Formats: sequence, C-alpha cells, structure tokens
Amino acid sequence: MKTIRVESPGLFTTVQDLGRPGFGPIGVSASGACDPIALRVGNLLLGNTENAAGLEMTLQGGRYLFPEGAMISLGGSDFGATVDGSPVPVWVPREVMPGQVLTVGRSQSGARAYLCVRGGVAVPLVLGSASTHILSGLGGLEGRPLRKGDVLPIGPEPERPPRRGVRESAAAELGPRKMLRVTDGPQTDWFADSTISDFYASTYTVTPEANRMGLRLEGKALASGVSGDMMTEGVSLGCIQVPSGGQPVILFVEQQTTGGYPKIANVIAADLPSVGQLKPGDQIRFVRLDLREARELLYMQERLIRTESSYL
Amino acid sequence: MMSFRAASDQSLLIRFGAPAPKVPAVRLLSVPGIRNVHPAYESLLVVFDSLALDHEAVERIVRDLMAEESALPDAAPRVVEIPVSYGGENGPDLEDVAAISGLSAAEVIELHSATIYTVSFLGFVPGFAYLSGLPDRLAAPRLKSPRTRVPAGSVAIGGKQTAVYPMTTPGGWRLIGRTTLQLFDPAREKMSLLEIGDQVRFRPL
Repeated sequence: MKTIRVESPGLFTTVQDLGRPGFGPIGVSASGACDPIALRVGNLLLGNTENAAGLEMTLQGGRYLFPEGAMISLGGSDFGATVDGSPVPVWVPREVMPGQVLTVGRSQSGARAYLCVRGGVAVPLVLGSASTHILSGLGGLEGRPLRKGDVLPIGPEPERPPRRGVRESAAAELGPRKMLRVTDGPQTDWFADSTISDFYASTYTVTPEANRMGLRLEGKALASGVSGDMMTEGVSLGCIQVPSGGQPVILFVEQQTTGGYPKIANVIAADLPSVGQLKPGDQIRFVRLDLREARELLYMQERLIRTESSYL
Repeated sequence: MMSFRAASDQSLLIRFGAPAPKVPAVRLLSVPGIRNVHPAYESLLVVFDSLALDHEAVERIVRDLMAEESALPDAAPRVVEIPVSYGGENGPDLEDVAAISGLSAAEVIELHSATIYTVSFLGFVPGFAYLSGLPDRLAAPRLKSPRTRVPAGSVAIGGKQTAVYPMTTPGGWRLIGRTTLQLFDPAREKMSLLEIGDQVRFRPL
C-alpha cells in the first residue's frame, strides 16, 4: 500500500472529507473540509470520488514524503508548493515519484490549502466519514491534527483516469469571495431596520479568533432590538449570530450545534467555501439575497464544478 | 402554534410554541436529501440538500412524519444513573448555589440528587444533554464572566437547567460536582451516554 509520511505538518493540518452530517441529535456537528469546493475539484481531477479524504492545511503547508510515489493534486489557496524545486500549481494533477517530497509553503491569500491523492487518504471511517472533528476527537488520524512522523495510508487507485486541470476562468469563478452573500436568519426581525442597514453598509474584519468552529468579526457593533434571553435552538452552518457585545460571529464547520444568540443573517451555501478561506485581518462585507437567488447561485456553481471536473 | 421559517438557504427551523413533541429524528434522517436535524426545547432545525429539496418540500415531509409519529405509542424511557462527587474542588460553586437558594449545601445535594431529570435534547458540544426537571428552588443565574476551562464531567446548573459537561470547554454554568463517567467517548459504540428522552438520576458519592 502507498503511504504519505508527514515530515512536517505545518501549523494545523487535519484529514478531511465532506463531513459527517446526521449526528445533530447527539450534539456532533458535521465537520468536513472548510473549503469543500477545493477538496471536491481536487479529488475529481484525480479520478477519485469527490468525497475522498485529503489533507487540509491551515495558513502553513508542511513537508510530505511519498515513499512509494503517488499522483496528487493541490486545491484551495496557493501556498506555493514544490516537488524537488519544481512548482506544483493548484488544481493540476501531478505525478510524484517514489521518495520525492512535496513541500507546501505558506498562505499568500486564502487560509487553507488541500492535498488530494489519487486513491484518497485511507484512514478508517468513523460514523461514515474520515473527517477529523477536533473537539470530540472523532475521525481523521486518532481524531487529532497531524504530527511529524505520522504515516497515512493511500487507498486503492480508482478506475477513472485523472483529468488535465481546470480552466483559469472557471478556477477564478470558483475561487473565494470577500463579499459574502447571505439570506435572512431566523431572528433578523429582532434587529431594527437601521441596525440591519449598518450590517450591510459596514466592513468587518476577521479577528485572530477564527478557526473551524467559528470566526469572530470586528466592526460596527449591532444592537439587538429585543431584550431578554432567547430560547436555545439548533443553529445552521454559516449563521451570523450576534452576542450581547454586538460583534458578529460566523459559526462554521465544527460549530456548536445549538445556541441562544439571535442570528441576523446566514451565509448562502454557495459562499460557505469562501468562509473557509478567510483568515485573521481579512476585510469582508455582506450582501443580502433572497432564497431563490441563493438557490440559483448554488445551481450555477454546481454546474460549473461538474463541467470543469469532466474537462480534459 | 407550529411555525416554519427558513434559517438559511439549506435549513428550515420549526418552532412548536410549546415543548417539542416527539421528533422523528431517525426517520427524517432516512429521507433522501435531508442531511441533519437539530432538536431543541421547542424547536427543530432541519438541514437539507438544497439542490434536491426546497423549504416547502421539507415542511411537507416534516408535517407528514410528525402526524404518523404521534400515532405511535411511547416507549418506556431508560433511566441512567450518574454518580457525582458534590462540592469541594469538584463543585466550586456549590456554596454559591446554596446561598442563592437559601438552602444549605447538604440540602442542595439532597434536592439535586432526589430529582429525576429528562434529556430534552443534546447540543452545544458532543454529548452535552440539556436536562429538564430542575427544582425551581435550585435555579441559579449563569456566571457573569464564564470560565475559560470547565473540567470534563462537571455537573452544573445554568438558569433553570442542569447538565454535565462532557468535555473540557469554556462554560458559564455554576459547577456543583463532578462525575467520572464519560458522557461522550468516540471509541465507544454508543458514543453519547445520553439520548433524547432518557431519564437521569444523580447519585451522591
């Protein structure tokens, strides 16, 4: 069996697939890749199923040895990766020879880069998924971030041949946005019209408290017009909740599953992968859409992913 | 009255306006296109694949399943006993809770452990069960500034609720004791010790 040897894991690297939804009733959030488009396309280009597990690297890449060689592709943010000094561009499959080392640099723009391998990273599935969920210690490699010396098995090669790459125009269109499109949240009507206008007119900065569980933002404080406690309820991925201090928080893939703060808006499904590329210091804005517009954008994005992953 | 509202472009929030009726979580999760469900006190959040379903379709599915489910007889609840070491360093807020309630620490322990609680739902973090049935006398406001580190197994009171912290996390509830039982264990077949509808009794050590 082919393997990946972790010579250096970067800052925070975990095994991720598209997540483990369905365990809300025991309080476990779905987890999965922060930028699922990066992982899906990376996999489809290699002939893998889109849900195959890969490595999610955060802000800094690391060094990975392939003792038996492998075909790989990188996805997401371009961290400046090389094999023996030769650059490995994002979303272009690349054959790595036995004994070669992939060196992945650091973030230039987006927060996360993905390493996909033909055959997928073959860790045991937990509740149907390879995805690491840090808080509960579920999935991935022993439920934890990777360490130096870890050895990850690579699964059997799929039958589908690898593809050539993604057109530049499509890659740009599928890339991350800083203008996040949102729909109303379940408590949008708790906020005064002037507060809602402030929310859409203001720029927010991502604070250093940004991780897989959520991203704290800093900017114009938002006063909730309703006083008193809200009853705890289920919270959806990408909801923007406003705690008593008024600074919004976007809940993300390893989020708490229930919460008691009002939610002013929710990032649309098509823009959730963009949230996964935000890093501290980034400036973002919000644009309000209705549900029909949100669905159309998701359809268009999905069609583009399908088309590109069959492009030769 | 039951109401339906989009929480996002891929989720629907159902509010019951009363304690949530039996929620057919398992059956909902077996419907193609439904990805997750999050039950809470008086609500249910249903997450779906918005390329396969829309909010109206999910509303119809939930209405139909709930009508069928309410016709089924209740199963007898399971009772789970949780041994607790109350007070001292295991329960640093026990004396405060006693002061708030006007009872002695011993009386707080007696009242807390004499009650049978019901798991309303699980949320916040894996295995965290919101227990209903706390005697009114024991209700205590959350801490003004939450602890950054609440040890795993801490038994706590927050407002009118009581719960056990399954893992070491930040938390603002008042800690009255601790159990060595593992509320959540990914290596166990039944990862979460508690499930919706279970009855819980605390046994003082």
